[in-house]
Amino acid sequence: MSGYKILFKNIYLVLFLLWASQPQAQNKFIIVASTTSTEQSGLFKHLLPVYEKKSGVQVRVVALGTGQALDMARRGDADVVFVHDKEAEEKFIADGFSVRRFEVMVNDFVLVGPKADAAKLGGGQDIIAAYKKIAEAKAPFASRGDKSGTHAAEMRLWKAAGIDPQTGKGTWYRETGSSMGPTLNTASAMNAYAFTDRGTWLSFRNRGDLVIVVEGDQRLFNQYGVMLVNPAKHAHIKRELGQAFIDWVLAPEGQKTIAAYKIGNDQLFFPNAR
Amino acid sequence: MSDISAALAEALRLIGGMDAQLAQIVLLSVRVSLVAVTIAALVALPLGACLAIARFPGRQALVAILNALMGLPPVVVGLLIYLLLSRAGPLGEFGLLFTPTAMILAQAVLVTPIIAALSRQVIEDAWIEYEEQLRSLNAGTVAAARTLLWDARFALMTVVLAGFGRAAAEVGAVMIVGGNIDGVTRVMTTTIALETSKGDLPLALGLGMVLVAIIIGVNLLANVVKLTAQKRHG
Repeated sequence: MSGYKILFKNIYLVLFLLWASQPQAQNKFIIVASTTSTEQSGLFKHLLPVYEKKSGVQVRVVALGTGQALDMARRGDADVVFVHDKEAEEKFIADGFSVRRFEVMVNDFVLVGPKADAAKLGGGQDIIAAYKKIAEAKAPFASRGDKSGTHAAEMRLWKAAGIDPQTGKGTWYRETGSSMGPTLNTASAMNAYAFTDRGTWLSFRNRGDLVIVVEGDQRLFNQYGVMLVNPAKHAHIKRELGQAFIDWVLAPEGQKTIAAYKIGNDQLFFPNAR
Repeated sequence: MSDISAALAEALRLIGGMDAQLAQIVLLSVRVSLVAVTIAALVALPLGACLAIARFPGRQALVAILNALMGLPPVVVGLLIYLLLSRAGPLGEFGLLFTPTAMILAQAVLVTPIIAALSRQVIEDAWIEYEEQLRSLNAGTVAAARTLLWDARFALMTVVLAGFGRAAAEVGAVMIVGGNIDGVTRVMTTTIALETSKGDLPLALGLGMVLVAIIIGVNLLANVVKLTAQKRHG
């Protein structure tokens, strides 16, 4: 056998293996780019089976930070985005990547920190006052630093407090550059304060000495939005299947299913579709 | 210490009470990595053998590059495959992103240089030993490569197993191109990363032990095949 024949034989084999590795029965599915807060809190595990059973359409969730999820959708790699950073979402629409944004639900952020309370926050509801005390005490603070929705919310609050945390970089302010869970792992290991969504916190197991130190401030309110990626930008977007999912999430049945999700006795997400 | 013993208990519980969901994740991991290694071996073994035997200008440089590529960072390979398969990329038409096929491609790219570089060394050693004999039989490069590949098959099996280990243990690339989608592209390593994110360290470590047990199992199986074959062929 000549070298070429062997080469071609191997190429055929490689192509065959790739073909054989494809799932045989291609069932109907959509890809949803979403955030780690919805995936890691367990909401999708509760919500999606209900929809899949009803519609027969599989919902494949890729969980990333909001910034990354929107980037992924910009490239045309998702049919629907389900995220929580209103400013970034409005920019997404302004850039023509979606036609309309629907508000789905809210949850809230909390500030967690060590029981010993190094910055002497002493509980309370005022997140801005808490930030000021942390910066003053130069108490360790673990930030995500990853352009996610949570990170954007954290940064807006620093700005509102009139503090540039970048000045504390390398001393008390630590950017982990990773998602919520790993950031909480870091905070737990160094007894730092951290800004997190309540859902991830409630399902987080490795808390160490961390407890919630600030919660209930109006400014900690966090709106989730859902958008269909614009088929005019990417022709292969599954318009009908994607919109059907959005419609269901916004309809009473979807909204009720979201409200029913609890960890222990705590309801995590409060539906508010209009 | 208590964390580690909790993880061990978790691992035993997971193996003992293997549920459908875990079984699916394990099977997908094994399937993806086995297919990836098979593809990589089909490309890399002939490549390694030819590189060992053929003499041409620039060969040394090529060997050095191939050796260096053994250290390809998985995240970089993942990103590269992601950009290729993304809808906005050159192969976007096929819609392969976030499928097991994409993960197979990424792992195959990662493992090919490892198998090629190591097999090049194995074959070159054999070539030094048999060069005169094969030349006297007037064997061309391809014929010589085939003879030596067959001759060194047991050593090459270890090379391929090293590739399998790398593929099965890798997380950076499959996370990016697979997306860690529940029930579709979630494999052992991405599950471990997810559970670590959730702060469930004993469960993550327990899953890690299950993964190591699987890799050991595959290696043991390969060893049995090797011993049986060696006995038969003397």
